Amino acid sequence: MAETQEYRRPVPKMRGFAAEFYAYCKQHELRFQRCTDCNTWRHVPRDMCAKCGSFAWEWAKSSGKGTLFSWTTAMQPMLPQFADLVPYSPVVVELEEGVRMLSWLTDVEDADLQLDLPVEVVFDDVTPEVTLPKFRRAG
Amino acid sequence: MYPLKDQACIVGVGETAYTRGSGKTDLALMLEASMHALSDAGLRPHDIDGIIPPPLPSTSEHFAANLGVEDLRYAVTVHMGGASPVTSLQSAAMAVACGVAKNVLVPLGWNGYSTMRVRDMGNKSKGNGGGGSGAPGALANTIGEYYLPYGANVPVQWYAWLATRHKELYGTPDEAMGTVAVTSRKHAQLNDKAYMQGRPLSMEDYLNARWVSKPFRLFDCCLETDGAAAVVVTSPERARDLKHDPVYISGIAEGHPYPADDIPARPDPFTIGLSFATPNALQMAEVDLKDLDFAEIYDCFTYVVLLQMEALGLCKRGEVGEYAQGNRFALDGELPLNTHGGLHSEAHVWGMNHVVEATHQLRHEAGERQVKDAQLGLVTGWGDFGDGSLAIMRR
Repeated sequence: MAETQEYRRPVPKMRGFAAEFYAYCKQHELRFQRCTDCNTWRHVPRDMCAKCGSFAWEWAKSSGKGTLFSWTTAMQPMLPQFADLVPYSPVVVELEEGVRMLSWLTDVEDADLQLDLPVEVVFDDVTPEVTLPKFRRAG
Repeated sequence: MYPLKDQACIVGVGETAYTRGSGKTDLALMLEASMHALSDAGLRPHDIDGIIPPPLPSTSEHFAANLGVEDLRYAVTVHMGGASPVTSLQSAAMAVACGVAKNVLVPLGWNGYSTMRVRDMGNKSKGNGGGGSGAPGALANTIGEYYLPYGANVPVQWYAWLATRHKELYGTPDEAMGTVAVTSRKHAQLNDKAYMQGRPLSMEDYLNARWVSKPFRLFDCCLETDGAAAVVVTSPERARDLKHDPVYISGIAEGHPYPADDIPARPDPFTIGLSFATPNALQMAEVDLKDLDFAEIYDCFTYVVLLQMEALGLCKRGEVGEYAQGNRFALDGELPLNTHGGLHSEAHVWGMNHVVEATHQLRHEAGERQVKDAQLGLVTGWGDFGDGSLAIMRR
């Protein structure tokens, strides 16, 4: 994207599990942890399965399809790095697999935000190192 | 059955002035409030043998060294953000009830306007380190790795996810949020310590204010102020020799949402810490909600008050829009709410001012804003991503 050369917004620190999560995003794959004993998906990443107590898990590929669970529309920048974007809407997306994550929608006006809006993942290579998963209306 | 019921009481309360620009350190503010609380109790500083400071840089070591507490028997800190003060009361009550400490000081204070404004959380240029490192430790990973890249770094945005979904599902009108703001501002007019005394707020003012983060407008948000408050907790036996009639901690409990460190992941987003704390505190106190004479509900944001009303069981899930209307929360209403003005209109000292106010009400010394014949009241705490606590207090 145009702003790749001078991306000044905060990027993930990519420590621990986050490094792995975002490394898959860089390959344009949305993957979440899934317990290989009871098949429960989870996000944010954790050491063990809260459902069955297993330490065994894999990075399982998500369909990338989901629905809009909630949102807020920031009308005032709380960090100077986002001042040029206001208003912008941090949204909560619920994926088909059941996990939920925070993201942005790329093609939905604030006035058109509604519960259960179908969305699908897109990948935004914001820097050479960092790719952020975002979502757009699903066809 | 509940060994903690009425086994500890608040015998002293103190506050500094609530300002914007204290010119003092957080510690100096808290020491000042602590000395007021000790004087109010009729105790001397070295009578204190337990200290529960908030999760801020000032530690029990700093307090003990300043106050001259040579034999500190109990020191602990609760890490629940704005739910910490009420949970700290629980810890103080346990320490007193089982004899670990005799007189426990619980201070809370900061320069919430002058040096720690929320908008500076995670802002490198303000010396907070960036990357979400201004956030409480338990939340830093979630915020820094998964929220901050999307510009969601402060409470007004996180709690808005709960409010938006609740509004969309249940149609809660803006006026219900406005009722919380207008009520607290009205009560603040009767409180000389309230930062917003002399600045009334109408529903029209509320609805016409600018947006901060939808669905929150300016007056959905609490104040940012400098100041401190402190209380002293001791046993009913020792309270007999002190200056004031004790205010008993009849029921008290903490609760944590699940998972506590990530809001989007919660199976039911409206099951908050207070949802878990409520039955435990009410059962301990052996009282019913209808017995309450007033409620001091943690009011960082108006909608957070509404969510807590449902969690408390004051009304059913989704019905708070109907419940939070009219005169219900007035000083002579069915359940007087935030009688001092709350975080919204008195000051933001993490709700320790709610504890102080409940004590004044139950001692019948609240002056013009006194709830007639108040016998029983509740104080809630809310912090971090929805940690909760509840104290049932009686005279």
